Amino acid sequence: MALDKATVAHIASLARVRLAEAELEPLADELSHILDWVEQLNEVETAGVPPMASAAAARLPMRDDAVTDGGRREAILGNAPRAERGFFTVPKVVE
Amino acid sequence: MSDAALLALSLAEARDGLARKLFSARELTTAYNDAVAEAEPLNAYITPTPERALAMADAADERLARGVGLPLDGIPVAVKDLFCTKDILTTAGSHILDGFRPPYESTVTEKLWQAGAVMLGKTNLDEFAMGSSNTTSWYGPVENPWRRQSGTKMGDNRPLVPGGSSGGSAAAVAAHAALAATGTDTGGSIRQPASFCGIVGLKPTYGRCSRWGVVAYASSLDHPGPMGRTVRDVAILLRAMAGHDPRDSTSAPLMVPDYEAALDGGFRGLRVGIPKEYRVDGMADEIEALWRQGVEWLREAGAEPVEISLPMTKYALPAYYMIALAEASSNLARYDGVRFGLRVEGDGLEEMYELTRAVGFGAEVRRRVLIGTYVLSAGYYDAYYLKAQRVRTLIARDFAAAFEQVDCILTPTAPSAAFAISEKSGDPIEMYLNDVFTVPANLAGVPAVSVPAGLSRDGLPLGLQITGRAFDEETVLRAAGVLERAAQFGHLPGFVAGGRS
Repeated sequence: MALDKATVAHIASLARVRLAEAELEPLADELSHILDWVEQLNEVETAGVPPMASAAAARLPMRDDAVTDGGRREAILGNAPRAERGFFTVPKVVE
Repeated sequence: MSDAALLALSLAEARDGLARKLFSARELTTAYNDAVAEAEPLNAYITPTPERALAMADAADERLARGVGLPLDGIPVAVKDLFCTKDILTTAGSHILDGFRPPYESTVTEKLWQAGAVMLGKTNLDEFAMGSSNTTSWYGPVENPWRRQSGTKMGDNRPLVPGGSSGGSAAAVAAHAALAATGTDTGGSIRQPASFCGIVGLKPTYGRCSRWGVVAYASSLDHPGPMGRTVRDVAILLRAMAGHDPRDSTSAPLMVPDYEAALDGGFRGLRVGIPKEYRVDGMADEIEALWRQGVEWLREAGAEPVEISLPMTKYALPAYYMIALAEASSNLARYDGVRFGLRVEGDGLEEMYELTRAVGFGAEVRRRVLIGTYVLSAGYYDAYYLKAQRVRTLIARDFAAAFEQVDCILTPTAPSAAFAISEKSGDPIEMYLNDVFTVPANLAGVPAVSVPAGLSRDGLPLGLQITGRAFDEETVLRAAGVLERAAQFGHLPGFVAGGRS
């Protein structure tokens, strides 16, 4: 699978990672190389084989829908790069 | 006791020495704090915590004096800097977690402190545990305490990688700068550095040790586990780390056996599988020879070697990378410059996200996030991600079929000994191949341990790996103990804190 520069730029925008123009070409080559290597999986016949998402028991455990933790706003906001009046703050989104 | 003699004790010996009051937890911890400082050139620690260590040691001494000692009282351990530690810098080896001090403690480390263990500090790792050489950390590479001594590359005294991603933990334990350590293993990140540094590293069964509070890389493949100098030490540590945790929905609600006691169980008559597919191209002759020696050792101990087939082995690595990278791209979406860590301001919210992640993630992490994003994107999901998950099912079936014939499986841990970073081409796939023997156990979720079993011609440690049935760490450890006794490894690296006693 050969990825072109435009595809890499599109993936980078989906992943919210800013890439410089000069990074696109080498990354397109690297990612194509890795995906080519992965394509050996196509040698394996997997018709009718179910996908495996986890080695853990298939059914997730249930618990009571009850509050077991909370009231730690200060501790949580303590790591925020910017916080004001009990909230995380971000650049203005709505004009 | 001299510092060198204290530092040379195994965890089991130190525990027994503390119980018999041959030395205090404060003496032992002071020797280790000094060792951590002496080992600084290895860059094994990101954040040493000597004062906290002494406070924990004093608390242990107080309990020991009252005769109410805990199982790990006064045992100094290092913590891979992927485990959240309350109020102590937790970096995952990444710039993007700058200044992050978690408001909570991971379940595994909480269990260690509740058992009386002493925290020496947080160890270096590949960024977000993504690597096999501990060269991708924002905090710089870790150096292996071993150097080549002799043989084909005699005189080549270049620094070597410790393996990865738990390279700081492995280097610290090998260099006597920690008595034992925690690691995490997503594709071999405990076992491969254990092999490269001449120590024991165990990846438990998926669900045996809680992932709560461990910075996530690939959630269905991440396994916390113990690293130590002996099989017994790892058994002792595993018992303290393991157990059901309601905060991890994949944690297994099972009793934790006494793994140390299990070491004394019988081995005679056990069937040990030797998978023919592990004879891969390019594997060093000396590793093949060590593997054959391992088969003989187990046979002499009364086991019956059985040739088995794990036909999907060759596809484990590409399947692993698809699944790991897809999960990573999803897990790492949380690093957005809003709630913790680094923020790079930009013109608006979108640009802030993009710049924060461009500056905060290193090259390997960006590469993996981009591939993961691609294989999860519309039009490619089935071809790559779902395909890999179907192959994963076949790999798990390979193991299930094998374990109907045998009780455990013996293989090499890694296809080579430790290498110098300049010996690699920079091709990511060449680096990924380090994990060829270790990733299958992550995909299947079964337990596996690496034991130091011999030296390469260059004088570097080589490990053998025992893989077992899900939740049968006891047989895995027992077989590892047989290999350990037969191998009589006993070699020390060129650099040992406190000197050779």
